[in-house]
Amino acid sequence: MENRDIAIDVKNAVKRYGTFTALKQISLSIADNEFFTLLGPSGCGKTTLLRMIAGFEDVTEGTIHLYGEEIANLPPNKRPVNTVFQNYALFPHMDVLENVAFGLEMRGWSKRDAKAKAGQMLELVQLTQFAKRKPAQLSGGQQQRVALARALAPEPKVLLLDEPLSALDLKLRKAMQLELKHLQRETGITFIFVTHDQEEALTMSDRIAVMSAGELQQLGTAREIYETPRNTFVADFIGETNLLEVSVDKIAEGRATCHLGGGHELTCNAVEGINVGAKVRMSLRPERLFISDAATESESLKGRVVENIFAGTDITTIVDLAEGPNFSVRTSNSDRGNRRIFEPGNDVFVNMEHGAARLLID
Amino acid sequence: MPSNSFDIKSYRGFQAITILCLIILYAPLIVVMIYSFNASKSITVWEGLSLRWYADVFTGPESGKFKLAAWNSFLIATIAATVATTIATLAATGMIRAGKFRLRNLSYGLISLPLMVPEIVTAVATLIFFNAIAFERGLMTILLAHIAFCIPFAYLPISARMQGIEDSYEQAALDLYATKRQAFTKILMPLMMPGIISGFLLAFIVSLDDFIITNFVKGAGVETLPTAIFGAVKQGIKPNIMAISTMLLGVSVVMVTISYFISKKDQKS
Ligand SMILES: Nc1ncnc2c1ncn2[C@@H]1O[C@H](COP(=O)(O)OP(=O)(O)O)[C@@H](O)[C@H]1O
Ligand SMILES: [Mg+2]
Repeated sequence: MENRDIAIDVKNAVKRYGTFTALKQISLSIADNEFFTLLGPSGCGKTTLLRMIAGFEDVTEGTIHLYGEEIANLPPNKRPVNTVFQNYALFPHMDVLENVAFGLEMRGWSKRDAKAKAGQMLELVQLTQFAKRKPAQLSGGQQQRVALARALAPEPKVLLLDEPLSALDLKLRKAMQLELKHLQRETGITFIFVTHDQEEALTMSDRIAVMSAGELQQLGTAREIYETPRNTFVADFIGETNLLEVSVDKIAEGRATCHLGGGHELTCNAVEGINVGAKVRMSLRPERLFISDAATESESLKGRVVENIFAGTDITTIVDLAEGPNFSVRTSNSDRGNRRIFEPGNDVFVNMEHGAARLLID
Repeated sequence: MPSNSFDIKSYRGFQAITILCLIILYAPLIVVMIYSFNASKSITVWEGLSLRWYADVFTGPESGKFKLAAWNSFLIATIAATVATTIATLAATGMIRAGKFRLRNLSYGLISLPLMVPEIVTAVATLIFFNAIAFERGLMTILLAHIAFCIPFAYLPISARMQGIEDSYEQAALDLYATKRQAFTKILMPLMMPGIISGFLLAFIVSLDDFIITNFVKGAGVETLPTAIFGAVKQGIKPNIMAISTMLLGVSVVMVTISYFISKKDQKS
């Protein structure tokens, strides 16, 4: 990334509240026009980082640059950054149009021009007929869209969204996810989106920063994070996974040979930073495993079926491994013709697709 | 009726007790109001409808005294309520800005506590304070004392209104390029306004009818309406007192009504 293409550059940012450290040395760069997501469980510091970018919290240590400019000393109203607040924070005494026009008027637009532009924004979020209503007279989804229109109207360089969809029901949330994605493409504004919902993050983001306890765990595209998680936290937090404790015996030509507690041998792609002799965990996604009644290759793991869980689009089979914990194996329901479902009590082998196993750093 | 056994209206005697309480509360007021229109010089004998005591208040031998006292009262109430409401509004704004801080409840308590201190104690304390700093007693001492004791009254409705105002409103305004000042005048003030008006009216009424503190801190010869009325009553109750009282009651009723309609309109939006 060239410097001018970096929208936000956070370097070694630390945030302390008294003796409590909410953010520990966060460094990340967010590209211009990117849909960037901060993902992590509640309390990991997502809001804190967002508020530091917006200017509501000062940075204890480190720097934040916005398009190359250090913004530490700019108050919130001098930053070309707008926020969609978690609770929307729509002004209750103003109607929808006035709410959307507010930022423009504060930027010195005439009342007329501001209202005209606000009208266009309402068109964009399909709320034109609600222009004269007060926020309290709108549904949650509509309020959400007003908040979005209000934050987008002044055409900020970066839009910050703090769990904007968390108050909506599932159907509406799915629809808004798509709408947000489209808005981002249409406006070309850099979005920094905060969520604790990994599925939401995977669906919407160009890149995701996974955070936990004030630390950046991994940064990458949805695919990278899902398929090559760096550590146990990421593997476990994103999607579902099976974990095996292994020891690394040999590394050659990019492949690592490991063995389980019982001596069974497995090979998988080597990971930088994991050396011979290391005792680490291996992550295996349930949908990349399949079950057979005979070993298909040396890597097959022996076990016995405990139960089958039907969940609409797929069936999860729990297998008690001879040399490991219970494993989940997912079979897509569209795959039923090819894959046999085994009954509880059956002795089976769990097989993995090539490249399914991933070694985790810690 | 077992299904209704928790309905208070089903208790025997509920109606009778209610009526009795209402009579005790309002009968004296109604008697004063009615007799203020009495044509008689006596305060107990009814001789027919007349406005002579109202005329007497404005033109009678004591009218000069009452006019001056009324002028003092309204002047003090207006200034005291304005200053107290401004201070209370600033305090409330500070509380909103601070968000949820540890000493929030304590701060709230400290501002509201004077409401629970017996007025006579406040009066003595205020008097001692003025004596200690050798502040000459007069209109100014009354005004300062009124400003002080009006603050918690003004703060009460404003802080009640504050409950619905989150600190994120101001942050949203700042985020949308408003200065701190604009965030206050365009967002916080309008949101607090119903509370501010109620607070002002409450402070105004409380100041207008205060007797105990005023009587302690006023200088010799300086009167407000309540102290003037008290002075007049000491020489015997005349019907013109009833006329003044009825007019004061009228002022209170008007203010309470305004306050009521403002809060009602506010609930609708
Ligand atoms: N003003 C504050 N004072 C003290 N601690 C705070 C403050 N704001 C946030 N925290 C703490 O910082 C941590 C991160 O909070 P936050 O950024 O809100 O998390 P998230 O948005 O990821 O749920 C939490 O443990 C929270 O309790
Ligand atoms: Mg949060």
